Amino acid sequence: MPRSIEFREAIREAMCEEMRRDARVFLLGEEVAQYQGAYKVSRGMLKEFGPRRVIDAPISENGFSGLGIGAAMYGLRPIIEFMSWSFSLVAADQILNNAPKMLYMSGGQFPIPIVFRGNGGAGGQLGSTHSWCVESMYANVPGLKMAIPFDAYDAKGLLKTAIRDDNPVFVLESERLLSVKGEVPEGDYLVPFGEAAIRRQGTDCTIVSFGRPLYFCLEAAESLAAEGIECEVIDGRTVRPLDIETISRSVARTNYCVVVDESWPFASIGAELAAQIHVLNFDDLDNHVVRVQADDVPAPYAYNLEQEMLPNARKICEAVRAVTYAA
Amino acid sequence: MSTMATPPAAEQNLAAKLPDETLREWLSDMLLIREFEVRSMQAYQNKKIGGFLHIYIGQEAVAVGAVAALNDDDPVITAYRDHGLALARGTDPKHCMAELLGRIGGCSKGKGGSMHFFDKARSMYGGHGIVGAQCPLGVGLAFATRYQDEVIEEGRSRHVTVCFLGDGALNQGAFHEAMNLAGILDLPMIFACENNGYAMGTAIDRGTTRADDLAVKAVAYGLERATINGMDVQKVYDGMKPIVEQCRRASRPAFVELRTYRYKGHSMSDPRKYRTKEEEQYYEEEDPIDRLANYLMTQRSFDGEAYEALVKKTRTRVREAIKWAEASPAPDLDELYTDVYVDTWGPYLGTSPPKMNDK
Ligand SMILES: Cc1ncc(C[n+]2csc(CCOP(=O)(O)OP(=O)(O)O)c2C)c(N)n1
Ligand SMILES: [Mg+2]
Repeated sequence: MPRSIEFREAIREAMCEEMRRDARVFLLGEEVAQYQGAYKVSRGMLKEFGPRRVIDAPISENGFSGLGIGAAMYGLRPIIEFMSWSFSLVAADQILNNAPKMLYMSGGQFPIPIVFRGNGGAGGQLGSTHSWCVESMYANVPGLKMAIPFDAYDAKGLLKTAIRDDNPVFVLESERLLSVKGEVPEGDYLVPFGEAAIRRQGTDCTIVSFGRPLYFCLEAAESLAAEGIECEVIDGRTVRPLDIETISRSVARTNYCVVVDESWPFASIGAELAAQIHVLNFDDLDNHVVRVQADDVPAPYAYNLEQEMLPNARKICEAVRAVTYAA
Repeated sequence: MSTMATPPAAEQNLAAKLPDETLREWLSDMLLIREFEVRSMQAYQNKKIGGFLHIYIGQEAVAVGAVAALNDDDPVITAYRDHGLALARGTDPKHCMAELLGRIGGCSKGKGGSMHFFDKARSMYGGHGIVGAQCPLGVGLAFATRYQDEVIEEGRSRHVTVCFLGDGALNQGAFHEAMNLAGILDLPMIFACENNGYAMGTAIDRGTTRADDLAVKAVAYGLERATINGMDVQKVYDGMKPIVEQCRRASRPAFVELRTYRYKGHSMSDPRKYRTKEEEQYYEEEDPIDRLANYLMTQRSFDGEAYEALVKKTRTRVREAIKWAEASPAPDLDELYTDVYVDTWGPYLGTSPPKMNDK
């Protein structure tokens, strides 16, 4: 019997299963233990694993990120929770300088098997400081891996893969998806890194995205289907490693591509995808790749402005019509 | 958070009770560091070493005395002025020199450089370039030893981590976050501040409050504290040993100020215009190597001849190390894509540790 659970429960299940399996795994972050998680992701974990393995950290992101990295140097496998990836900016030195470079700087002596995870992305009228989409900025750095789960199934499977990975992995979850239910098997399964998933098949245009904006892509694909445009929607799943092959194969069939990326357009994942597709599919494309990204402005508070700033189904529809010359 | 049951006893003359042989080893280690640094400066001037080179001359007693107070498997970590600590920990000077020359035989395969010496087998967790950034890492090491000892092995916490930092790092947020975390989590570690009076050209009292008594930094965080004369290796040992054992027993952190002096510039390009010749002379007269040599020659079975022999032996050792390092090849170009990720994917070629003489 398939079982339906919330995205947040899927994350919790991944952590609990991995902690039962490997005593070196522990969870550290703000409010993860006694408060049961700022977003209730870690509810019940303190009770099962005790305060030695589920640890409340003070509001000290640079400090406790570095703590995790130091512990990983010694051989532990920390899971560090950011209440929001927006707050990881004060830990930038540790997560970008130390985690992804330690193995290299030490000539191969110190791998950093660590997971940084938490809410990423905008979408709840939180204003500029709390609405960061860090993926483009952080994906620039070699030495880290990055996963952005789309549904509860992937949330569990990708996180388990992340915890077992011997490299630093950034897992960007969306606060807006935490309550969304999905079918999740009980027990062990892994979603491998670097394997994109085709979320909807289509022949007329390829749409590529990661995480929450995929829901807007699927919504757009439905209304475009009514207009006679069949879109193929691809979930990249991991940004590093990037499964450009699956994307490229799809574009070779559809000859058109729209990239949807929640972060700012300048020097972004969207720009990177467009560049790679232009190189790989130069002879296949019947138009240049069109990008749908957040507007190049700080995230506003007002509901209408925020909605206008972020990628949405309307913008994606417009982009697909434009790229396929249907408009 | 708990507090220590009893403050560490200010034990006197612990080093004086140690056998001749131990103190001779300290002298030998300090001489090795100094000779290594003198030859490094020459190599830098001959353009064999690139980038930044931060010289440890003057501070030798700190690394040697502190390491002597530790067990071999107690983790140590420091900033970029790291040659002395690696050598004190027993990393072969040939691997250190090869690192400076950017060779595959280096202690980081030539990929770290002067600021990033690492030696896993000797629990040397690096050389770190960002001022203060090693402090949270040190907290993580102490967290991990305690977790390993208590949670995984279900025994007693039995390690102590020493995290060295410059006086300039006292002004970094990372340091203060680390002190608070170590305090709140009851971690067995010592923040060992090497106060050499300057952060580059900034005299300590121009950058740091309460420069007259840095150990007060420990008070607000509830850490044990001590002030130690870092120009005298016996005093370093005497000061560190009881605190190390107290931290080990009680699983609590401490902060110590080690008062020392760097004889050379901040890095090789520093003309030292911000301080006087008199000041430099004063500290050169306090020289930690001369002090221990004099002690050994006046109070122990050691004489001028034995000292000369030791100096000569050290010179030969460093000369041999340079020869070995120069013969070590530059890293193969494959190394560019090695050690980025542990696994092999895309352009990345997996990882392989340096081939250092095993312990
Ligand atoms: C975050 C950061 N800011 C600036 C620098 C440049 N810098 C390198 S060393 C140094 C002075 C640090 O002095 P101190 O901590 O006293 O150590 P010492 O050099 O005396 O050993 C500065 C400013 C740096 N490496 N990292
Ligand atoms: Mg200094």
